[in-house]
Amino acid sequence: MARRHSAGEVSYALIIGGLAALALVILIGPVLVVLATSFTDSRSIRFPPQGFSFRWYELLLDEVRSRPIHRAAGNTLHVAALAAGLATLGGTAAALALAEAKGRWARVADAFFMSPLVLPGLAFGLAALMYFTLLGFRPSLELLVCGHLIVVVPFVLRTVGASLSQRDPALLDASASLGASRLYTFRRVTLPLIMPGIAAGGFLAFMASVDQVPVSLFLSSARTDMLPIRMWGMMESTLDVRVAAVSGTLIFVAFVLMLVMERFTGLTKRMRG
Amino acid sequence: MKQAFIRMGPALPLGLAYLAFFVAPLLMLVAVSFFADDKLTVLGLDNWRKFLFDSFHWKVVADTLLLGLKAVCATVLLGLPLALVWRGASPFWQRVLLFVAVMPLLTSVVVRTFAWIVILGREGVVNQLVLGLGLAAEPLRLLQTELGLVISLTQIEMPLLLLPLLSVMARFDPNLLDASASLGASPWRTLFKVVLPLVAPGLAAGALLVFASATTAFISQSVIGGGRLVYLPSLVWQQAMINANWPFAAVVAIVLLVSVSAVIAVIALAGRIAGGRVHGAAA
Repeated sequence: MARRHSAGEVSYALIIGGLAALALVILIGPVLVVLATSFTDSRSIRFPPQGFSFRWYELLLDEVRSRPIHRAAGNTLHVAALAAGLATLGGTAAALALAEAKGRWARVADAFFMSPLVLPGLAFGLAALMYFTLLGFRPSLELLVCGHLIVVVPFVLRTVGASLSQRDPALLDASASLGASRLYTFRRVTLPLIMPGIAAGGFLAFMASVDQVPVSLFLSSARTDMLPIRMWGMMESTLDVRVAAVSGTLIFVAFVLMLVMERFTGLTKRMRG
Repeated sequence: MKQAFIRMGPALPLGLAYLAFFVAPLLMLVAVSFFADDKLTVLGLDNWRKFLFDSFHWKVVADTLLLGLKAVCATVLLGLPLALVWRGASPFWQRVLLFVAVMPLLTSVVVRTFAWIVILGREGVVNQLVLGLGLAAEPLRLLQTELGLVISLTQIEMPLLLLPLLSVMARFDPNLLDASASLGASPWRTLFKVVLPLVAPGLAAGALLVFASATTAFISQSVIGGGRLVYLPSLVWQQAMINANWPFAAVVAIVLLVSVSAVIAVIALAGRIAGGRVHGAAA
């Protein structure tokens, strides 16, 4: 307390602290606002919400009146499960190969496999639509799986690649010098070590597919509607309060899944690393 | 060479999937752009000419790239201080802050976009506050303005900046900060002369993801930006799905792809130069 703080220290603490606080409010605020809005009793979306009720969640569960939303949610889960499953298999195999093969070509291959992450998804979505249509395919969930697969694979490659590079080479040498075959070493040493990375990658791929917009925008149709596209339609037209209820449900599910994955795979550390 | 091929074997299935569902569609996109008519019967550069010789289209390109840069600046302005606070926090608070940073990433982009409609709308949170405090006589127009769009994109894209930034923040040696302070540098000087050069690679990696995501965020752009703000993604959408003019849509999509990739390459290069200078000097 006796020490006097210079003007620089005080201004640093105030400005950096203030901006960081603003960042936190901007990050969390919208999530809380959506949650609060979804429990409104009124027919319009406004904040603060009027009254408290579960009516919009009840309407959302109504099988007849919310059938299009249910179908879109079903399609989304179906596509996400397949795309994430395939991405986890193919991505893990590719990450293993890339970790083994060093040199320039491995780096080029890595950059190539990661490129969908920074490439404008919308350009790829349009390209996929033209490609599949000109080949004579009709819109289907299988095509959506193919499109989603490409954009979610990078998540698996990154998390599995990171856990492979953290593996202690001495363990592999020890296993080999004790007479284990390469396959045995892979099964009993490498695989258990990278399992959390694979799980985290599969989870992120799944969530990315559920959230996918630019590819679904072009590849989905009335029959193969996807949840984000359906929600976009609801926001553009009537601004139905059910959008808030769907959002509330998605936030809740993401929150629970994330806590579970954090517990078992240290998810946030992997996303950072 | 042969052995290298065998080692790459497990990557083969994914490689084939990329060829069939990624490379081939992109080649198809390029091919379609060289047709002159909607039915794809006559080859010609007409659609390229139509795009390149119209100043409106160039304005849309500039607006799109500027929107991306504004989103990058806004996320850095708020994300960097948050990362600095995170670095100094206790392990418990580091976990909490990391969770908060990642959480929005797992709540759908559409949900986040929807949240901003509730916040920025005529009867939204911001206007309730502004009117309640008597700061304005009538509701502010925030939806359907670029300011509103940039504010929303700041939240929507911030996690993409924070993740790589936090990972370099976690790695650098805290002794450097003490050394800088004990040599009499003010915190600001330490920030600009020590911290920023050290975290530059992480900052660039994050900025790159934010830029790529903000420039292609069609739903946020169309719902929050509204019909009067035109960016390349909405032009692609309009031409492809409403006018059914595939060749022209393909031209716009390629312009989007090339212009965004060019800016990304520059950001990546800047990050590598900044990182190389620091780490080269230390070695």
